[in-house]
Amino acid sequence: MGSPAPIKDPTMPAPVLGPGQTYTTVTQKLSAIITSRTPLGWIAAMLIAGAILQLLMLSATWLLIKGTGIWGLNIPVGWGWAIINFVWWIGIGHAGTLISAILLLMRQQWRNSINRFAEAMTIFAVMCAGMFPLLHTGRPWVAAYWLLPYPNTMSVWPQFRSPLIWDVFAVGTYFTVSLIFWYLGLIPDFATLRDKAKHKISQIIYGVLSMGWRGSAKHWFNYEMAALLLAGVSTPLVLSVHSIVSLDFSVGLIPGWHATIFPPYFVAGAVYAGFAMVLTLGLPIRYFYGLHDYITDRHLNNMGKVMLATGLIVAYGYAMEQFFAWYSASPYEGYMMQNRTFGPYSGTYWSLILCNVAIPQLLWIKQVRLSPSGLFIISMFINVGMWLERFIIVVTSLHRDFMPSSWDMYHSTPWDWGLYAGTIGFFLFMMILFIRVMPVINIFEIRQLVANKSKHAETASADD
Amino acid sequence: MALGEVVETQYHFEKAKRILSLDADFMESGAASVRHARHVALGRKVIDGQKADMNRIYAVESTPSNTGSFADHRLPLKASQVEGFARAVATTLGINTTGGNSAGHDTWLNALVKDLAAHQGASLVIAGDHQPPAVHALAHAINNALGNVGETVTYTDPVEAEPTNQCASLKDLSVDMSEGKVSLLVVLGGNPVYNAPADLNFAAAYQKVTTRIHLGQSQNETARLSHWHLPEAHALEAWGDTRAFDGTVSIVQPLIEPLYGGKSAAELVAMMLGDGRADYDRVKEYWQEQYKDSDFETAWQTYLHDGLVPDTALPERSVSLTENYGTPSQASEGLEVNFRLDPTIGDGRYANNGWLQELPKPHTRLTWDNAALIAPATAEVMGLQNGDVVVLSANNRSVEAPIWIAPGHPANAVTVHLGFGRTAAGRVGNGVGFNAYALQTSDSPWVASNASMTKTGQTYPLACTQDHHSMEGRALVRSGTVDEYEKHPHFVHEMGHDPGPDANFFDGIHDNDGKAWGMAIDLNSCNGCNACTVACQSENNIPVVGKDEVLNGREMHWIRIDRYYKGDLDNPELYNQPVPCMQCENAPCELVCPVGATVHSAEGLNDMAYNRCVGTRYCSNNCPYKVRRFNFLHYTDEETQSFKLQRNPNVTVRGRGVMEKCTYCVQRISAARIEAKVEDRELNDGDITTACQGACPTDAIVFGDIKDPNSHVAKLKAQQRNYGILTELNTKPRTTYLARLTNPNPEISQHG
Repeated sequence: MGSPAPIKDPTMPAPVLGPGQTYTTVTQKLSAIITSRTPLGWIAAMLIAGAILQLLMLSATWLLIKGTGIWGLNIPVGWGWAIINFVWWIGIGHAGTLISAILLLMRQQWRNSINRFAEAMTIFAVMCAGMFPLLHTGRPWVAAYWLLPYPNTMSVWPQFRSPLIWDVFAVGTYFTVSLIFWYLGLIPDFATLRDKAKHKISQIIYGVLSMGWRGSAKHWFNYEMAALLLAGVSTPLVLSVHSIVSLDFSVGLIPGWHATIFPPYFVAGAVYAGFAMVLTLGLPIRYFYGLHDYITDRHLNNMGKVMLATGLIVAYGYAMEQFFAWYSASPYEGYMMQNRTFGPYSGTYWSLILCNVAIPQLLWIKQVRLSPSGLFIISMFINVGMWLERFIIVVTSLHRDFMPSSWDMYHSTPWDWGLYAGTIGFFLFMMILFIRVMPVINIFEIRQLVANKSKHAETASADD
Repeated sequence: MALGEVVETQYHFEKAKRILSLDADFMESGAASVRHARHVALGRKVIDGQKADMNRIYAVESTPSNTGSFADHRLPLKASQVEGFARAVATTLGINTTGGNSAGHDTWLNALVKDLAAHQGASLVIAGDHQPPAVHALAHAINNALGNVGETVTYTDPVEAEPTNQCASLKDLSVDMSEGKVSLLVVLGGNPVYNAPADLNFAAAYQKVTTRIHLGQSQNETARLSHWHLPEAHALEAWGDTRAFDGTVSIVQPLIEPLYGGKSAAELVAMMLGDGRADYDRVKEYWQEQYKDSDFETAWQTYLHDGLVPDTALPERSVSLTENYGTPSQASEGLEVNFRLDPTIGDGRYANNGWLQELPKPHTRLTWDNAALIAPATAEVMGLQNGDVVVLSANNRSVEAPIWIAPGHPANAVTVHLGFGRTAAGRVGNGVGFNAYALQTSDSPWVASNASMTKTGQTYPLACTQDHHSMEGRALVRSGTVDEYEKHPHFVHEMGHDPGPDANFFDGIHDNDGKAWGMAIDLNSCNGCNACTVACQSENNIPVVGKDEVLNGREMHWIRIDRYYKGDLDNPELYNQPVPCMQCENAPCELVCPVGATVHSAEGLNDMAYNRCVGTRYCSNNCPYKVRRFNFLHYTDEETQSFKLQRNPNVTVRGRGVMEKCTYCVQRISAARIEAKVEDRELNDGDITTACQGACPTDAIVFGDIKDPNSHVAKLKAQQRNYGILTELNTKPRTTYLARLTNPNPEISQHG
């Protein structure tokens, strides 16, 4: 009481770290998430996620026993939920890489407190994504290695003109680089945990994981260089992976697929979906673990802006699809768009417009961008909307293409739902496990922020 | 009625320039239908540069048929209106009858009669088997009046040895049985317990027979009520002889030893007569007795080789018309039920055949069920949609049946197909569809008037292989009139967009030393009979998937008949288009396969390496023609022993998770090539016949080397009518179509 609230300097951005943070509080607070007694809430969340995970086991087992006929696929709709989910999950992964790589290169400090779990999200999302292309094949036991270019006595190679082969390389590279980048960033924090661990076993495990990190100047020098290089490698991947994924469609000649706008439109959609998922996960973690000082209003505001920007690019994509359907003067393209907008799946299309175009316009309002509950609701809409977008691209394009005689409807089955829900279970399970065993927020980078901040404060007081 | 004696009418469609069908599906049903189809199609072959001399077909019909879809003018009438129409035609031609009623189609009728009269001796009128005797009598009279007798219509003695009214005979038997006059009954084949008309109460009467013996290929409904069931040999397991519709004798030859120790009906009767000869000896000795010259052995071998005994067709004979055309009967006012044999499973004898159950029926494209077919107008009046279950009542009996709306069906009438609702057909055919025999009576077996139909509010899933009936303005089936073609032969190409010559980076596909396989399908000859689909299924070990999977959109046929309607759905133009793989030179499927499981051969085939396929289904998604088929589940029955004998050993049996499609019968190509090599000669045009081509009764499908300018297929592809579908995608399909031409009467402006 007494001292008036400080007047905000409108030229300065809002702080990326809450007030009163020191090295000690940061380390204490963030490592306590791991070293404290297991909270009951965590156990309950694990149980729920674990239960959903069992759906994955069940659905995948039955799929392998019976074949893809348990899904709603048919001729002409040869791809269904599996490919929709694949693209959805891959898209979600993109935010992690964008935050850790591109924002690092752009020296955006606000990324530090969200990059760790965003990267974890990337890893787990790509794992979920990776399951689908394999499981969706008719014969996964051979698809698992025939798509790889391995030398063999028959001199049989993959068919390199197929975008599915490009997918294998793009997604494989992406997963590998993301994993290494993520692990690299974890090394200094593992060392912190090793030093703080009380139990012998955790000391050994974190000791091994930290790879002998002692925090010497040479270590830090090597670390910074490696992080910068990996950020450089990852940056084109953010653009390439979803571009390649989009080529699965645009290389095909099906109306609704064969569009040059797909690569940029898919990348923007991926970032859009990724930030929505970061918020979907980050807001509850922030709430339950009281991390308001680390994930601040500034973060929420920035993420809201990124979603708004990418959402507008996606909306532009939808508008261009409509425009080109008309401008191409192709009867097939024209019919496809008419069918998409007013045909049997038009409900899906208008839901997509609602979720991905209409509702996110609320992000223009600053109060909404600063409201955790508002952001959470909008991000859930975007999660759904991005799934619907892939549904529309995959299903409504295929179900009525060139030959009206072959047109048919696609109806999902409980096994489609089961496998999809199962991967969500897997994703949540891995995320919840991750929160408990690895630092969910990058400890050493936050300490750097503290250091920067105190330096800044010293400079500021010296100026006084 | 018309002739006062039993004779066989032989129709010579190849000589007919104007054809009127009075509710006769002459291209699809009846013993001579294959010959009819071939001859009618012959009369519609059009070659560039030659005067197109096409026949003209008028079809009056009570339910949409293949013949109707093939016709230049189609007039849907209720079955009971056909008689009035026939009388009107007859009256106009000066035949002494009354009661003519054109059902409001005077223009049509007058134009028709004028056209027929202008083609004396070169026209042909045929009455449907389902029409009453009066219509047949009138047809004979009209043919006579048009001078067709002796030209396009001839008469012979009946093929049957002792023609009887079989329905009346069955009726007598039922009466005798129920009165306990029959102590022993041997049923040779057949299944009267199931398919006798309902009013005979055959099953109840049959059970009063003291000893009941049934000879049959399966333990059907009749066998179940018999004391003894004897296994009957299949026609392919036994020796025998038979006469064709024109009297030509054919020796029935077995292909295999009886699988289940069956005996043919002839063998059984011979055994009962104490004739202990083997069936081969019995048949051979009979024909030896008939043979007058020396050296029977050579003649016999010729019979077996040719498949027929030469010069046994019945001679033409003269008949005299009685000029008795019965009392004119009025067309019924109320709802009328037409009974028809099912186009695929017939009277139900093939109900346990999965191929035929899954074969889409002409026009409706329904599989695995029969339905009550009604006109769109009737459906609208009654508020019915496809799959709505109705109670259909006639003759104080009723059945529940699902509705299927059949564009082109006459209003206020229902068509039901017999052969379904079997209870002892076997594991495939039991409980499929509803039993329409329950409504049939012996007095009027083909039509029941004053029927009623009430909606139950329930629905029933019907498995249709084609959900969309419109071409959406796309130039898939191209057609025009023969006049347009003669004035402007290039019209076909103006309907689509062919890519220019610079649309390709490479033009090397033709530049190899080998053959370049291609196919031409003449839409002017196809009547949508489906023979190609079954022939392909049999040749290529294509599995049957069952009703649920057809409902899921997973039927496996490699060649399908696409059916489109155009125009007013009360009487639309009907189009059939067989669609096999196009074997595109720029195949979109090949580009996208990640493992190279579908690749191009040097001879232009789009090959499938089943062993390499991992089942991404990308190829199918990218196939604009959607001719690829996927084994979503393990469809092939590997357990049933007899199926192992049924399969073609030269074709891989596909397992689950593998894509498959038409190969142009690559196994036949290889076999012919090997044979040519062994004989040290070149492959000749005609050495290879694909399964679909071989089965096509109208020669609509022609296959061969398109690089050889003298091959049949190359000549067809050089025709102006030749076009490819979706060529604007630059797929360069090797399968192309010859546009359909119609020959409408200029005096009938509207179609139909």
